[in-house]
Amino acid sequence: MDDRELIDLLVTDARRSTEDIARMLDADEAAVEDALERLETEGVIGGYQAVVDWGQVDEERVLALVELNVTLDRETSYADISDRLARFPEVKTLQLVSGDYDFHMQVAGDSMREVSRFVSDKVAPVPEITQTVTHYVMDTYKDRGVEFGDGDDDDRLSVSP
Amino acid sequence: MTAEEPFELSRRVRETPPSGIRRFFELAEEAEDVISLGVGEPDFSAPWAARDAAIHSLERGRTSYTANRGMRELREEIARHVAESYDLEYDPEDEIIVTTGVSEAVDVALRAIVDPGDTVAVPDPTYVSYAPGVEFAGGEVLPVPTGQDDFRLTREALAEAGAADADVLLYCYPNNPTGAIMPREELTGVASFCLEEDLVVLADEIYADLTYGQEHVSIATLPGMRERTVVFNGFSKAYAMTGLRLGYALGPPDVIGGLNRVHQYTMLSSPTTAQYAAIEALQSCGDEVADMVADYDRRRRFVLSRFDDLGMDCFEAQGAFYVFPEVPGGDAEAFAEDLLTEAGVAAVPGDVFGEGGEGHLRVSYATGLDQLKEATDRIEAFLES
Repeated sequence: MDDRELIDLLVTDARRSTEDIARMLDADEAAVEDALERLETEGVIGGYQAVVDWGQVDEERVLALVELNVTLDRETSYADISDRLARFPEVKTLQLVSGDYDFHMQVAGDSMREVSRFVSDKVAPVPEITQTVTHYVMDTYKDRGVEFGDGDDDDRLSVSP
Repeated sequence: MTAEEPFELSRRVRETPPSGIRRFFELAEEAEDVISLGVGEPDFSAPWAARDAAIHSLERGRTSYTANRGMRELREEIARHVAESYDLEYDPEDEIIVTTGVSEAVDVALRAIVDPGDTVAVPDPTYVSYAPGVEFAGGEVLPVPTGQDDFRLTREALAEAGAADADVLLYCYPNNPTGAIMPREELTGVASFCLEEDLVVLADEIYADLTYGQEHVSIATLPGMRERTVVFNGFSKAYAMTGLRLGYALGPPDVIGGLNRVHQYTMLSSPTTAQYAAIEALQSCGDEVADMVADYDRRRRFVLSRFDDLGMDCFEAQGAFYVFPEVPGGDAEAFAEDLLTEAGVAAVPGDVFGEGGEGHLRVSYATGLDQLKEATDRIEAFLES
């Protein structure tokens, strides 16, 4: 078993028992436990989460994609700005991207009002941030490689040559 | 011939028994809450890009026949793909023919090269279509038992079965039903046997992309073998495109011309929509294939590990999506039937694939891990009862 095989498996499905993972990777359980612990300690694996179709959960939840433009100076780097932003629990994803703007940020909240206030009160006032553009997510069809919807049917014959 | 029975089936057809798979399929269809490990096709759908290309071709009205040998662009893509993947060099002009699945390719090849009385050596156990295909072409089948070598074909097995007198060797490796592959060493022995005894080879390599831990070696890449080999491959297994019915044959110009002679009169050309899907599959779906292969490999190891726990002897199959465990007591048909009716797990008894499969069960892992887990748990409970 190498780390990459284990990571590939977890990316596909992180919910398998150690016993099943060990069988799938032809390794023993202790080796899988050790590798998991090491990858987690090293920060290679940052966590495990369910991919949820929030549209099906009977509860208001608002997701916004926010474009951020920043100016840097000698004392301030991208990392300094990202440190300030990433600590807010409302920020779910924060990435530095190429193109027309600098940071791509995903913000979640219970209402549009809450998300708007977060952007205007907490994000926009950061001195290095020169512009914010907020896009509210209207519907999600696929998230982290998982398609929401019925998927393909399995219409195979039960026994075939 | 009476008025009530105007048709009399031909002797050829009367003498060909229906596939043993059929009876088992009917049993499985009757039973309730069955997990099937009896399926010989991928559980994935074809990659979306390939499906999208098929749809797009229909939208543009591309619904005509193609050239008999298949679209030129597809043959060029096939030539590029087999060169990159298996080190096989074939000219798209006259050494490649696109067929309606490998099934058609095997059929037209047998009809193109087998004369009445010719003998075709076929490893036993093997895929169910070969023996009828040989007989429809007027040839005779010589089964070559492979059980003693974990279902790999060896030159010793060929010699012992009397294949020195055969005219053709027809095989499928990676193998259905056993999952066995041909490592270079055994393949070299088989190749030298064919050279010495003057056999030509029909090599069904439909599972070539589905090997685990070892790269597939094509017999046509071994010295002296290209001239005497027709290689079959296609899109059904690796690209999960079974229902699109598309395969191809590679070989020297004369023999491919012979295949095309039969093909042009019987099939004319292969499905056009599928050919568009196949071009796209070869151009852009390599990553999806790699993901599917990785998934099969995880399931393969899971299933092997479970059979090991259950004490069912099972050699380490390294190809296709089958493992071939031995059944306790040795009567595979009775075991499979009881397993189906008492435990709700369908798997095909090895006898269906020839005498050499007796005492074994073909277990397909072309099904999701949850089902494999539940199925092997059921087998465990069944064995304990």
